[in-house]
Amino acid sequence: MAVRKPPITTREYWAPGHAACAGCGCATGMKLVTKAFSEAMEEKFGDPNAFAIAHATGCMEVVSAVFPYTAWRAPWVHVAFENAAAAASGIEAAWKKLGRKGKILAFGGDGGTADIGMQALSGMLERRHNVVYVMYDNEAYMNTGIQRSSSTPYGAWTTTSPPGKYSIGEDKPKKWVALIAAAHQVPYVATASIGNPFDLVRKVKKAAKVDGPAFVQMHCTCPTGWKTPLEKGVEIARLAIETGIWPLFEIENGDFFNIKIQPPGGGAKVKREGGRIVAIEFKKPIEEYLKPQGRFKHLFKRPEAIDEMREQIKAMWKTLGVDVTLPKPEE
Amino acid sequence: MPIRTVMKANEAAAWAAKLAKPKVIAAFPITPSTLVPEKISEFVANGELDAEFIKVESEHSAISACVGASAAGVRTFTATASQGLALMHEVLFIAAGMRLPIVVAVGNRSLSAPINIWNDWQDSISQRDTGWLQFYAENNQEALDLILAAFKVAEDERVLLPAMVGFDAFILTHTVEPVEIPDQEVVDEFLGEYEPKYAYLDPERPITQGTLAFPAHYMEARYTVWQANENAKEVIDEVFAEFEKTFGRKYQKIEKYRTDDAEIIFVTMGSLAGTVKDYVDRLRGQGIKAGAAKLTVYRPFPTEEVRELAKKAKVLALLEKNITFSVGGALFQDFSRALINEKEKPIILDFILGLGGRDVTFQNLDEVLEISRKALNGEKVDEVNWIGLRKEIL
Repeated sequence: MAVRKPPITTREYWAPGHAACAGCGCATGMKLVTKAFSEAMEEKFGDPNAFAIAHATGCMEVVSAVFPYTAWRAPWVHVAFENAAAAASGIEAAWKKLGRKGKILAFGGDGGTADIGMQALSGMLERRHNVVYVMYDNEAYMNTGIQRSSSTPYGAWTTTSPPGKYSIGEDKPKKWVALIAAAHQVPYVATASIGNPFDLVRKVKKAAKVDGPAFVQMHCTCPTGWKTPLEKGVEIARLAIETGIWPLFEIENGDFFNIKIQPPGGGAKVKREGGRIVAIEFKKPIEEYLKPQGRFKHLFKRPEAIDEMREQIKAMWKTLGVDVTLPKPEE
Repeated sequence: MPIRTVMKANEAAAWAAKLAKPKVIAAFPITPSTLVPEKISEFVANGELDAEFIKVESEHSAISACVGASAAGVRTFTATASQGLALMHEVLFIAAGMRLPIVVAVGNRSLSAPINIWNDWQDSISQRDTGWLQFYAENNQEALDLILAAFKVAEDERVLLPAMVGFDAFILTHTVEPVEIPDQEVVDEFLGEYEPKYAYLDPERPITQGTLAFPAHYMEARYTVWQANENAKEVIDEVFAEFEKTFGRKYQKIEKYRTDDAEIIFVTMGSLAGTVKDYVDRLRGQGIKAGAAKLTVYRPFPTEEVRELAKKAKVLALLEKNITFSVGGALFQDFSRALINEKEKPIILDFILGLGGRDVTFQNLDEVLEISRKALNGEKVDEVNWIGLRKEIL
């Protein structure tokens, strides 16, 4: 009987025994990204282990490296909250001088990337270090207990964006770091999600194989911060894609006129012109994504806020060059 | 043959870095140390130094990149001053805690506000609790020599701590003085290759660095930094002895000048030591029993040497270009601690002077002398004295 090759390596770099919360979507992300990275290193350099990781302070850092234990089966270093990109720059420079083949992988959460680490990230990208920076985006400061970051979506409850008499929750639209990264005209920028693992793996491999810097913004769920059922992480992440909340795209060399959009699925109707997606008619209303999440619960008493969210999503897609139609739920 | 030439302390620091052959240098320009990365970038551009020079976007990233590179197992160097060093502050703790022997050249400069680019020691003194070793140069030759010595001490397995070497803004950074550049082969012999036993990021033998420590382990990790500082005392003596044997120039943690029968000893650091030695010569000419002492090493604090020095004098007059508000200068606190339980101890007086590049003149030192003599005669004087203040503008 023929044995099918597993779709991704069985090597583990994010070892079992880490201390992440049950149902942690980002832990799934760590596992997939490192596996994909390893495959890319094997294909590019003939050595699956030819990489080192620089990690920003954040939940995935603290749950994986509690002395005297480690969840990492790759060379790994954590320096501080805001400087994973700078530390990665230093490692890359050192490897160059040591004549070591391979690539550096940097991890930062949305707080460590979109906010405090933005400057170091920009410096690393601009200097063209041979580093792949993966921002795991769980849309709040989850390490310190669910405070809003600039990557928190509009309307979301966090402990520092509580809904109240004068507040609908987070009142600013989400900051899209991938677009800022792409403005550096680096070889490769993409958004990805644990809700589409095959796309995620493909993109990480592509990022790992380019020469020069690459940036991947990975959507990953947080049952604790999002107040969602533990077992629903991948499902909810997929709903974000299928309802239009989370666009999947790639931008190469900062060519914004040639953004590659990945079809969202979920019955969405995609219109193409010259191979390029120009319009998407989503079938699933964003309410399907919002409903299972406690962080959006209050919005259902404020339908105007959900309508505002729809407008913001349309505007965001417009930036990507795509006209979207977002349905309202059937009455 | 060593080359005898003239250069600024900034150039001397860049030459020291070149001779030490770091593999990664990450730097951001800041007055007055900008010439250090400029000169290094020339060395790299001309192929005279085979290193990666990362032109980072901030001092915070400069030291972070150095931490990354050092964690990956290579010799690493940077230069900074003042606000730049302050911006590195957070990561300085991390470099020491991770036991990475990075060397930083500091063109000692005041801190804002008001913004001021001239010399005092507040920048590096403010980093005294980070765990870093601290050396202070009196002249440009010392800037070069101490950087070489700092690498050797920092990389010693008994130490494994980062080190900073301070030299005074403009007084040294921008002043041309005679400097002897040692032979590369001799430096190679002295320093050797840096082969880290514990810090590397090698896929063949993966390790985790920079972990989280719970209360069960944190204190012990901090203790090892304490212990490494203690170990550094002996290692510095050994390295200075070897330095003298190799290069012919003698260094000590505390250098004493005409202290043998001194009643008043003026204690200072950096370039001010030169002025003070001249002043002591003048006093000796007048028959006044004065001496001078210079701290070449500030961290680890040379407690034993301070106790030894204190046996020689009736008054220790500490001249310092830094201030801890409501307490006095850093040296005042350190000397007080070193001597508090000694049976016999001299009077310790603190003099804050030369902040933000204010000249320290012989007239200023006359004032120090007068206050010291009053104390010697049993008169009551202030413990902390601001010297050279322009009271008319207050």
